[in-house]
Amino acid sequence: MITYPFEYTRAQSLDEAVALAAAEPDAKILAGGQTLIPTMKQRLAAPPRLIDISRLSQLSFIRRDGDALVIGATTRHADVASSADVMEAIPALALLAGEIGDPAVRHLGTIGGSLANNDPAADYPAAALGLGATLTTNKRSLAADDFFTGMFSTALEEGEILTEISFPLAEKAGYCKFPNPASRYAMVGVFVAKTKVGARVAVTGAGSCVFRVPRMEAALNADFTSEAVAGISVPADDLNSDLHGSAEYRAHLVTVMAKRAVEAANRT
Amino acid sequence: MTTVTMTVNGKTVSADVEDRTLLVQFLRDELQLTGTHIGCDTSQCGACVVHLDSRAVKSCTIFAAQADGAEVTTIEGLAPDGRLHPVQEAFREHHGLQCGFCTPGMIMTAVDMIRRKPKLDRQTIRAELEGNLCRCTGYQNIVDAIEAAAQQMAAIKSAGSVA
Repeated sequence: MITYPFEYTRAQSLDEAVALAAAEPDAKILAGGQTLIPTMKQRLAAPPRLIDISRLSQLSFIRRDGDALVIGATTRHADVASSADVMEAIPALALLAGEIGDPAVRHLGTIGGSLANNDPAADYPAAALGLGATLTTNKRSLAADDFFTGMFSTALEEGEILTEISFPLAEKAGYCKFPNPASRYAMVGVFVAKTKVGARVAVTGAGSCVFRVPRMEAALNADFTSEAVAGISVPADDLNSDLHGSAEYRAHLVTVMAKRAVEAANRT
Repeated sequence: MTTVTMTVNGKTVSADVEDRTLLVQFLRDELQLTGTHIGCDTSQCGACVVHLDSRAVKSCTIFAAQADGAEVTTIEGLAPDGRLHPVQEAFREHHGLQCGFCTPGMIMTAVDMIRRKPKLDRQTIRAELEGNLCRCTGYQNIVDAIEAAAQQMAAIKSAGSVA
């Protein structure tokens, strides 16, 4: 398969990437390309220009910053998964990164690309929302609660480029997903965290966009155990229904994955 | 058009290609390195796996222009002097192939996984093969071959460090 024609530009600096993106609103930022390139090959996307930011080394880093773990936008999934710093600070995040796609995909795919794309079944949005991350762009900083706005859509404006993500350290955190047996995308994935400001529960794969479950969070604030969420289910009304599973099935999976995620969090 | 220059199997190569040229097309059509296969063409089957700067990647899911300046190793580069790589030898010994179409990708993935995880158990091997499909479903012998190759390469390494 071959994509529609486009022009490729490797940005030499973040400023250059921002200027190029501003000059050509239909241009796309290319980081790992593990979603964008398959989409272009299927001719579901036809950007006139790709602006490759993957070699901008200042966007690829993992560093501890006080009570937060800060990860550069072009950091590859494999580097997050194998990072001793991530494993020490937020082990659930390293484990989540190590279960994205397959090893070859993890060698190219980036955290910033995944978050900016906001696929309804992607893993990283659950971690960002579940930990209450702050997402920084070339212009501003956004709370995860304000970043994910709908299916494949975010608060990012045209020409705005995600640069780093700051994850506050949690007392406990866990992630559990039920992968689609063919695509390995999450049919449902639940990220739970016991943070300094209370419990957070974020669900991916089930709906059109990652979402929180306030009733589970309240229950976990009272008692951070899997039993606390076992009796809480989300309404199936707005959930995805497709050949892989009905909305009711996904609603059921949300509770099951939430229980397992809490158990995983309590093991760390 | 873009001029891309990269090192493929130790040799510097350069060509003018359309920007939309995938790395796998560059390898197969420009360089005639047809050992790298195109299977699904949807980033799932792993028949096109090559090493880009020493990491396994799916060459159908990266443009040649992205690999400009990089080092690429294909299945042809594993046996430069005509002697099979220990992983290739193990696939032959354990009959780790049936029709053979997925084999180049399986072997490139196996070499990568052994580099990252020298001590491999069978469960880990199967998990690491997540992105490589064998339509003959010949996984049993593929796992046997990778397990044997990992053990043999560890033995060669420890013998080397003693000597």
